[in-house]
Order: sequence, then C-alpha cells, then structure tokens
Amino acid sequence: MPKLTINGIEVEVPAGATVLQACQQAGVEVPHFCYHERLTIAGNCRMCLVEQEKAPKPIAACAMPVAENMVIHTDSERAKKARKGVMEFLLINHPLDCPICDQGGECDLQDQAMAYGFDRGRYQENKRAVKDKDFGPLVETSMNRCIHCTRCVRFIGDVAGVADLGGIGRGENMEIDTFIGQALGSELSANIIDLCPVGALTSKPYAFTARPWELRKTESIDVLDAVGSNIRIDSRGPAVLRILPRLHEDVNEEWISDKTRFACDGLTKRRLDRPYLRRAGKLAETTWQDAFAMIATRLKGVAGDRMAAIAGDLADAEAMFALKELMASLGSANIDCRQDGAALDGSNRAGYLFNTTIAGIEKADAVVLIGTNPRLEAAIINARLRKRYLQGGFRVGAFGPKLDLTFPVTSLGDGPQDLVARATEFLKDAKNPMVIVGQGALRRKDGGAILAAARDLAVRDGWNGFNVLHLAASRVAGLDMGFVPGANGRDVEGILAGCEKGEIDFVYLLGADEIDTKRLGSAFVVYQGHHGDKGAARADVVLPGSAYTEKDAIYVNTEGRVQLARRATFPPGDAREDWAILRALSGSLGKALPYDTLAALRTKLTQAYPTFGAIDQVPHAAWGSFGKAGTIDAAAFVYPVTDFYHTDSISRASPTMDACLAARMETDARKTGTHG
Amino acid sequence: MSGHVDTAPFEQPASFAFTPENLEKAKGYIAKYPPGRQASAVLWLLYLAQDQHDGWVPRAAMDHIGGILSMPPVRVYEVASFYTMFNLKPVGRHYLQICTTTPCWLRGSDQVVDACKKKLGIGIGETTPDKKFTLLEVECLGACVNAPVIQVNNKDFYEDLDAASTEALIDALSRGEAPPKGSVTGRQTSAPVGGPTTLTEIK
Repeated sequence: MPKLTINGIEVEVPAGATVLQACQQAGVEVPHFCYHERLTIAGNCRMCLVEQEKAPKPIAACAMPVAENMVIHTDSERAKKARKGVMEFLLINHPLDCPICDQGGECDLQDQAMAYGFDRGRYQENKRAVKDKDFGPLVETSMNRCIHCTRCVRFIGDVAGVADLGGIGRGENMEIDTFIGQALGSELSANIIDLCPVGALTSKPYAFTARPWELRKTESIDVLDAVGSNIRIDSRGPAVLRILPRLHEDVNEEWISDKTRFACDGLTKRRLDRPYLRRAGKLAETTWQDAFAMIATRLKGVAGDRMAAIAGDLADAEAMFALKELMASLGSANIDCRQDGAALDGSNRAGYLFNTTIAGIEKADAVVLIGTNPRLEAAIINARLRKRYLQGGFRVGAFGPKLDLTFPVTSLGDGPQDLVARATEFLKDAKNPMVIVGQGALRRKDGGAILAAARDLAVRDGWNGFNVLHLAASRVAGLDMGFVPGANGRDVEGILAGCEKGEIDFVYLLGADEIDTKRLGSAFVVYQGHHGDKGAARADVVLPGSAYTEKDAIYVNTEGRVQLARRATFPPGDAREDWAILRALSGSLGKALPYDTLAALRTKLTQAYPTFGAIDQVPHAAWGSFGKAGTIDAAAFVYPVTDFYHTDSISRASPTMDACLAARMETDARKTGTHG
Repeated sequence: MSGHVDTAPFEQPASFAFTPENLEKAKGYIAKYPPGRQASAVLWLLYLAQDQHDGWVPRAAMDHIGGILSMPPVRVYEVASFYTMFNLKPVGRHYLQICTTTPCWLRGSDQVVDACKKKLGIGIGETTPDKKFTLLEVECLGACVNAPVIQVNNKDFYEDLDAASTEALIDALSRGEAPPKGSVTGRQTSAPVGGPTTLTEIK
C-alpha cells in the first residue's frame, strides 16, 4: 500500500486509489464537480487541481493514481491559484441566475464559487446560449448552466445502462443531449438530477416549488417496491414536496428509482380523508363512531370461519400485527397477506427472503432469474446486477420471455421446462451462484413446485444463493408474523371463492387493492387504506388510514431487513395511523387489543416475532425445507409488472407517473416504427 | 461566442445500409482491431457512410454503424458530431473546402474565397439553391507548398489557385467534368514553380 503525504499528513491508501481518495482519507477536502465515487473517472472539470511536489504543473487529483512517497499540497498558493483560475473559466459561460435557479441553496458550483470565485467578472463577451433539451417528464433542463462534467452521461450509460445521453459537438459547442430528442428510457433516470452539480438538470415536477432551506427533512423508507430504498422525505407544512435518496451502501447505495422519487404527488390525489359508509349503494361520508358501530352490527353473530382479512402490499407491520390479533380474537383463521396468491408459506424464513442480500450480489458470479424482470420489479436490484456485470465474470440466465435488463441475458427458456437440469448446467462452474425467483413464477399454480425445484440450485458451502424477489413492501413482514391462513383457514383464493359462494360474510381489506374485487360477492367489505382505489370502490365501510409518509412504521424489505419509516406529514382530514384505527375498532367490538401506544405494540410484536427487533440488520435465516413437490407446467412465465409506473394505489394516483408512462409509450412506439 | 442557431429542417432518410462493397470494406476495417474493440473502427465506418451517402452522414447511418459495432447509437453521434469532417446535414454535390490557414492566405486564399463567393453567390458554410455546391473554410489541408488549395468532396486537391483558375474550376465542376487533380498551373506535383532547380543534369 503506497504511503503519501498530504498537507503534511501521512496516509497509506490501497494501490490504485486516486490522490483525491487519499485526500478524503486524510480528511482534506478537495473541491470537485465531475468526480463522483460511484461513476467512472472523467477528469474534465479540473476543479480538483492540487500541487504535487516535483510535478511541473498542478495535477487533477481525481484522475491521478497514488504513488509511493508522493507529496501533495492542496492549500498551497499554487493549488489555490489553479482552482481560482478553473472557477473563473467555469463561470465564463455559467449564467448568473442563481436567484431563479432551482438548484440554489444546494448547488455545488454556488458553494464552491463562494470559496474560489472572483468577486467580479473579467469577461466582456456574451455568454454562450444553449437550447434546452426535452429529457421527458421528470428532468427539467436549463442547458445554459451546464458545465459539462458529464456526470449525467456517465450515470445513464454506466449505472442505468441505457446510454441515451451523450456529449454532442465539441469544445465550446458541446451540448449534453440525447441527439434524437426523446425521453430518457431508464427507470433510474431522475438520479441525474441529484448528480448534476449545477442547475442544468433539475426536477420537473418540483420546479419552482420550494427552496431547500424551507423544507423539513425526514429520513424514511420507500415502500413502492420491496427493495426498501432509503429515502429522505422533504415536506413543507402538510405536503410532501419531494423525495430524495439517502445513502445506504447495502440497499440502494445512493440511487432511487423514478417511481420512488416521483410517485409522491400521488399522496395528495384520490385520498380517503374521512370515513365512508355505503348507504343505498353509494358511499356517503360518516363519522368514525358510526363506521365502527356499523362494523360492530354487521359482525355480530358472524362465526369466525365466515369472516376474513386480506393485507395489501403497502401495509405496515404494526397494522398487520394488530389486524392479525384482532382476527384471532374474533376466532377467524382466514387471513392472508399474499394478494397475488404467491406460493410462499411462512414456515421457513430463508424460503422467502433474498438471502444473498443486495450487497451480496457483488460477490456472486452467475445468476439465474426465474420468472422475474428485475428491471421493472426492483430497479435498484437490477442496477446492482448491472454493476456486478460491469465488474466482469458475471453470467445471467433467465427463464421467461425475452428481457432487456441493460446487460446480456442468456435465455434458458420461456417457461420452466427442464428447470433444474438447465439451471444446474448454467450454474455448474459458478462458485457463488444465485437464483432469483420472482412472483411471475410463484403466483402460478405450480409456484410451490418451482420454489422447491429452485431451492437447492444455488446453495454452496457457506453461500446461500437462493433468493425470492418480492414486489410488495408488506410481504416479508406479513410472512414473518404469519399473516397467512391458520389451521383450516382460507387463503386469498379461498376467501374470494368463499365470498362468491356466500360462505364468507365479512371481509376486512387492509389496503388490499390488487385482488379481483368483483369476486367479493355479497360479503360486507371494510376497506382500511389511504387511497380511493379498487378496494375502496367496492367497500361497504371505508376507514381512512395513512400513507407511508404519514406514519411511524416498520417495513421489512425483500432481504428481510427491518427498517423504520418515519412520519413526515400528518394524514389528511380524519385519517389516522393504521394501527390506531385497528386498536380503536377492536375496542368498539369489545375485543380491545392489549396496547395503547405504538411502542407497546412494537414490544408485543418483537416479543412474538424477534426478527422485528433487529433494525436495519439482515440476520442469517436458517436453511430448511420449503416449497412443495409437484409437477411443473411448461407454460411460459408471465411477468407480474408490465407497467413500471403504476404498481400500487399511490403511483396509480400520481399524475407524474401517468406522464412517465405516456412518454415511455411514445418512445417505444417510435422505436418500433409505429409512431404517428 | 457561440449561440444556438436553429437550422432549416431537412429530411433524414428512414433507413441506411452499406452497399455490399462498402460492407466488405467495413469488415476489413473492423478486422484491424482486436475482438471486443471493434468500436475503434467507428471513424472508418463513418467515413465510408459519408462517402456512400452524398457527402453527409444521416442519423440512420449512425444507427446502422452503432448496430454493426455493437455500440449505443449515442456514442456514434458523439463521435460524428465531434469531428467537423463529418457532415450531419445534406451538402451540395461538390463540397468545396478552401484552406485559409497562413501559407494559403499568404499566397492569396482570400482571392480564392472571394471568387467562390462571387461565382456561386453563397457565403461560407452555405449551399447553393440548386444543391450543387457547398462552400466551407477549413484549416490547413497539408498542401502548403502548393498553396492556395481547395479540396473537393473530401478527396480531390486543386492547387496553385487564383481567382481565375478557381472560377474555371467551378465552371468545369458545374458542367459535370472532372478536371485533372493537382496543380492547376501544370506544375509537376510540388516541384519549384519555374521548373526543377536542382538535379537538372540528370536527364
């Protein structure tokens, strides 16, 4: 490991590190624009110039590999003069429009100009003018401000893997552009807004909404897929204005998907803000008391086996736990959290988790995807797979119709024909193989058999490569606490069939929108949730709950990582936190649940299921048997997600997501030549 | 200082494919680079495409090249737009590049430029309405010893020009003739203007 001296501090860094990284290790800040630790090195902004002894001129710290006995000065007169010169050059063409720029207050150029800028301009010439580009409904452009760091080009090409952006032209005429004027075709495209060190790329839905210092920042968890991306919710008053990624090396690094970022405008649309009661076929506003009284009346005398509860994809662990206990106290075993009928039982934790972990993907050397399209189902995990692919020596095989995952995929068949033989053959030379079983496989009739067949494909000594990729943020928590049918209980299919036959009189939907509500028959349906979606449309009583930004709640991601969502804003109108609604309902049914605070509920939950106590950890799940023997049908897999932008009640309510879908459809139509 | 200029719209062909001969040539260029590094042949292929497609590279050609070299189309756009030698919009049938760098300028390239402008009625960077001529001012073409120089269609050099010979050249080109390449004064390649001054005894 080379040793070098930075400003008199001796540091030892790994060979191959750059001078900039060594400076960071020594605690010395070097200003930079184009350098980003997760992107390839470009070395074109020149802001990181430092003085190296015995070098004839200042060196770009970001691009210079360290060597033994280097002596670096970052605050010498020469280094400072070099940076001031670079800053002056960068500002030749950068407009002085900070007061009307959305980046103001969180702009790298603004901050560094305070340190290295000159207090007046020495250039009389006109600044260059660049036409703004159309990058689709998410990214607003103001290309006059661009300083050509090419972070966006490198992100879109390398991390997102769609290579839509490029530096077109050269020298003073260079422009960042798609060249063909189409929206960016990536599910991660909006990360370039965060990467842009100036105000050239800003958020279109958030444009001119707020200044960063006005916002209250709440660190929370995303629930729109099962990745559990770490997010920061920026809110002002009652409104969530934007969502930004938060660094978590083991989950989302510092990226989030476009849905995670921009579906938040769905939080103000189609909200359930007061209880509703169906009177003469129409839902009418009512009070909590009347709603509870109605439920109590309808439940009176109903036997436990004639009632049922289904938990939806966005339900938090506390609410599911409360609902489970309430149903148990009413004597019902008909509960299920698997709206899509996935063939996962909660009996073995390792049997439904992403055991390799997301960060563990980087240690794998081959993966077989079974009925899953990770690009649409978990864009962040797909980015991690691509990252591993770019490191080399990584093979991807897939059972399912052809996919564009931004990296090469070997097709192993459209359906699971010869699954074990083909997958074993594909993985036979791999030291750390992975299989990822998607809901496209598990929600089939032969899901259990596929699960059993996939069980041993990728397990080696000290390496568990068996992974289930979930779609629903609530699913792992539900399985962890056994929110599945008890003895002689009905699962979702059984409940719906029971409703059709008139064997179920009462159904409690905890945010469950992804079921066929037509099949609920004449059952009395209570819907507790936050959006007026399919479930609420069918309900006889609607109880307004909270969305994920409005409650302190536990979610467990597909890895089995328990994470805390925190309240950023209050739920609208009369809506309440979900566990509290269930607690209040239990009281008016005379079956009061034994907790009056969230803390007490969590204590009970953790006592009953200790995994919920290990916040932000992925405890090793014991290996055991799961799945069930059976024949596997050779029919082709159907991927569960076809529309990335609309997967749940929040994103379905979001106008931005609608705009994204429209832009994507137009791009696709143009690609296939059916446009216009 | 530069500013964005909206240019008149022009029609991009819907598709492009190399002719069989050019495809053979392209394969030859690609074979010069190690496997996996075939993207290095992008300049060669762009040049071929420009030659095949009336002196300019349409977007369909760049997409086609991206497909052949398995590189994302935008990487081809980047290269093609970086080099001024590639035309990304239609040019006239005769693409005149006049050198105005110091040696040509000293030898009267201003007169050559003026003759072109007068004769064709267009300015630098413009195309005649009949789409026959495009005029361009370029930096050194590397034929300083025979200055001033015009390069036609990226390959033919006409040297030792003055106003009259430039007009004659344009006349000949517009008649569809192909005047002999090289010095218009009849000098042998780049030998001294008045004939050889050394090695005269060798016959």
